[in-house]
Amino acid sequence: MEVFGLSLVLIALFVGFGLLIGILFGFFGMGGSFLVTPALLVMGYPSRIAVGSGLAFVFGTSVIGALRHREHGQVDYKLAAIMTAAMTIGIEGGKHVVFFLDATGRADLIISVAYVGLLGVVGLFTLRDAWTSDDTADANSQGLAERVQSLRVPPMVTLRGDVRVSATLIFAIGLVVGVLSGFLGVGGGFLLMPAMMYGLGVPAAIAVGTDILQITISGAFGAFVYAQSGAVALPVVGSLLFGSALGARIGASATQLVDEGEIKGYFAMMLLAGSVAVATKELGTAYGIDVLSTVSIALIIGATILVSGAVVLAAVCRLRRDSAGPLCRLTTT
Amino acid sequence: MIGSGTIATVVDAAGLIGTVFIEAIALYVGYGALEQSIGRRMVDRIRSE
Repeated sequence: MEVFGLSLVLIALFVGFGLLIGILFGFFGMGGSFLVTPALLVMGYPSRIAVGSGLAFVFGTSVIGALRHREHGQVDYKLAAIMTAAMTIGIEGGKHVVFFLDATGRADLIISVAYVGLLGVVGLFTLRDAWTSDDTADANSQGLAERVQSLRVPPMVTLRGDVRVSATLIFAIGLVVGVLSGFLGVGGGFLLMPAMMYGLGVPAAIAVGTDILQITISGAFGAFVYAQSGAVALPVVGSLLFGSALGARIGASATQLVDEGEIKGYFAMMLLAGSVAVATKELGTAYGIDVLSTVSIALIIGATILVSGAVVLAAVCRLRRDSAGPLCRLTTT
Repeated sequence: MIGSGTIATVVDAAGLIGTVFIEAIALYVGYGALEQSIGRRMVDRIRSE
């Protein structure tokens, strides 16, 4: 039996996957779109549909995230405005690149290679961050932010948290992230958050609120430009959103109990697993080894289950004040 | 920048984005009501296990 062109099994799979991604989004403040687009690519959706649907999913999930955070008031509207303007231009550019590559028949391969590289690099940096002591990490991030703030490229703006930085630099960062967003179908949160916190020195709470607001706007624009070309699979997006809306609540609640740093190592391993999964799929396609497609799907879903499971387990252990049990000991890295 | 498609294409795309937005709002409200009704009980049950 099919509903809107999808089998019930596929709908259930998308809802379940959305639930896991929602937990990650609610907890880490990052959309999980870097898992959705590769997952759709691995499942055989054309790159335009995978990227467009990923952006639409990001938009829907970030609306929910923005609603959850609206009461906190942790938004720098000046920063969000500059980033949104830059990302909007960047997304349009990224979309044109995808459509050009699609016309030449190379989009799937090139986007996959880009994902392998990006997930691998960000994953390795996050893993290094997880293994570095808090003092060393704080010193490193502060040094970079101070160097960026010392670059006096006019016009200069003062952000919340008393951060004075070049608006031109902010625009350039937003442009690069926008191009990646439009090219890969990601919301950009996992790039923008480190850029704002470590690159600009924006306080973490303000970075999260600002990030979610501008992802909502840029995600809407990105999804709109792809939707104009018929490249958004609404039944897929709807099914994913049905699960992520609940998952986001669970993940957000877990932040009250669990420190992100305790399971950052798991998050880094998930990024690396995503990188390996996309590479595995491409190898399978290139050499005609069908089992590698199954392996890559298993890697993505397995990594998502592992990390979202770690978040939920850690929250349950904190609720029960249990840190000694065999399962609870696994929730810190 | 918006695109050189027909007005119908733009309207269809806006309608699709609007559908995603409405679904997000509806799910936010719906799951919020669910959390209000059974959330506390579930937390208490987990604590007492």
